[in-house]
Parts: sequence; C-alpha cells; structure tokens
Amino acid sequence: MIITVSHYLILAAILFSIAVAGIFINRRNVILLLMCIELMLLSVNFNFIAFSRMLNDELGQIFVFFILTVAAAEAAIGLAILVVLFRTRQSINVEELGALKG
Amino acid sequence: MINGILFYTFAAVLVFAALGVISSRNPVHSVLFLVLSFAQSSALWLLLEAEFLAIVLVLVYVGAVMVLFLFVVMMLDVNAEQMREGFTRYLPLGLTVAFVLVVEIGYVIGFKIPGSPFSSVPEGHPADYSNIKELGAVLYTEHVYAFELAAVILLVAIVAAITLTMRKRPGLKKQKVSEQVSVRREDRVRLEKIESFKE
Repeated sequence: MIITVSHYLILAAILFSIAVAGIFINRRNVILLLMCIELMLLSVNFNFIAFSRMLNDELGQIFVFFILTVAAAEAAIGLAILVVLFRTRQSINVEELGALKG
Repeated sequence: MINGILFYTFAAVLVFAALGVISSRNPVHSVLFLVLSFAQSSALWLLLEAEFLAIVLVLVYVGAVMVLFLFVVMMLDVNAEQMREGFTRYLPLGLTVAFVLVVEIGYVIGFKIPGSPFSSVPEGHPADYSNIKELGAVLYTEHVYAFELAAVILLVAIVAAITLTMRKRPGLKKQKVSEQVSVRREDRVRLEKIESFKE
C-alpha cells in the first residue's frame, strides 16, 4: 500500500464532486449551499498541499493559508447577510428570493 | 504500510462525512458532519507533513467558523421539511454531474498509470524539519504584502459583518454625548424663592 500524490488528488476530486452534487441537491437551503462551498474550498486546499508536497515547495502551503483567510472572511459575511435576510423575509428559501428579478 | 492504513481510514471517514453533509435531514447534523470532515482532513494534512495548516484548520475552521455556522443554524428557525422539497427530484442530476466530474478529473490525473508524474511517492522530510519555521521564513519576507492584504481583508470582513447585523431598535436607551457636553447651568438647576416661616 504505497500512497502516491494521485491518491490525494483523487480524494480531493471525490470531495469536490460530492460538494457539487450537494449544491444541486440542496438548492433551496442557503446555509447548506454555504457549507458545500466550504467543502469545495477544502478539496482545493487538498490539491494545493498535495502538489506542495510533490514539488517540495512551500508556496502551495502559503496559498492554502491565504485561502483559509479569505474563506473565513467569506463565511462571516455570508452568514451576516443570511441573518439580515432571515430578519426581513422570515425565510432563507432560495426560490422565494426573486425580488431583484426584473 | 501504516501510512496506507491511516490514509484509507481517514479518507473513508472523510468521504462518509461529506456525504452526510449533503444528505442529512437536519441542518445541525450537516454542520456537525462538516466538523467531522474538517477533523479528518486535518489528520490527512498531517500525513502530508503540512503540520501548521493542519493545526490552523482545527483552530480556525472547527473552532471559529464552524461554531459560527452552528450559531446561525440554531438561531434561524428554518423549516427543514420545506427545505427538503426537490431532494429526490434533483438527486439524479446531482449524481450525474458528480460522476462526470470524478471521471474527468480522474482521467486528467491518470490514476495508477505507471508513467504519470502524479504516481510519484514524495520523500519524507528529516526529523529536525520544522514546517512552521519554513513557512514563517517565506511568509514574512517574500509574501509580506499578501500577508498584509489578508489582514486588511479580515478587517473589512469584521466591519462588514458588524454593520450588516447591527440594527437600531426603537426605545433603546443610550447616551447622547453632545447634549451632555453642551449642557448649561440653567438647564439643570432651578432656584426657587421660598418665603421663610414667620411667627
């Protein structure tokens, strides 16, 4: 059982596909959509770290560091928007959010 | 050998947790499954010798971001049953897209093809290698502008989140500093002329 880089890349691909399927399946619930985006970012980070290991270069890990920072900021702002949305509409159903439609 | 066992164990639990995130009925369970998947990924990153990022994933993601998710999920009174409508309707589409993605990426990566560059086994670092030292040496020198930009992004996120969720409630008692500072003696003190009692 030798673990190569492609094992990690395949694992990241599976994770990314699960997250994409989750976006298709749970397309009504905004919270679950945000969680699926977090899963996608996690799988991308897996790729970065695996390649950083394969090429013996720390730059991939620096990238993951900044991705984590931006993802934390994105989650905080997204959840704040969600709270404001729920206060005004009493619902977070995506189907009911057509107010900006022309 | 031990590496392989660890990898397959953590990978299996990770995939199981990710499936739980997208398929559980209760959003709280989804968040908890996401916490489990982050913990498994952190262990896998330790196997990849990215120790600093593994710890950061647990501290920042599980400790802060997922707790925030949990707070919001519990605060919002979401009708879970209504949210589940369309689950079975979109399930075939989602599975098809996921399958196509896995096949495509797998084809690109070339799993188990002997000549593929990705089938190399990375050699381990020596025992006195310090991941944090290496990262810090480049983070504060070569990438210092990106580092400061990340700090600004975090500041913007703080300001945005606070201004979005702060609301003005009617009937809230608070200080008006300008009125307090510009008050004069005549506004507060009233002299009454009271006649003294005489026999």
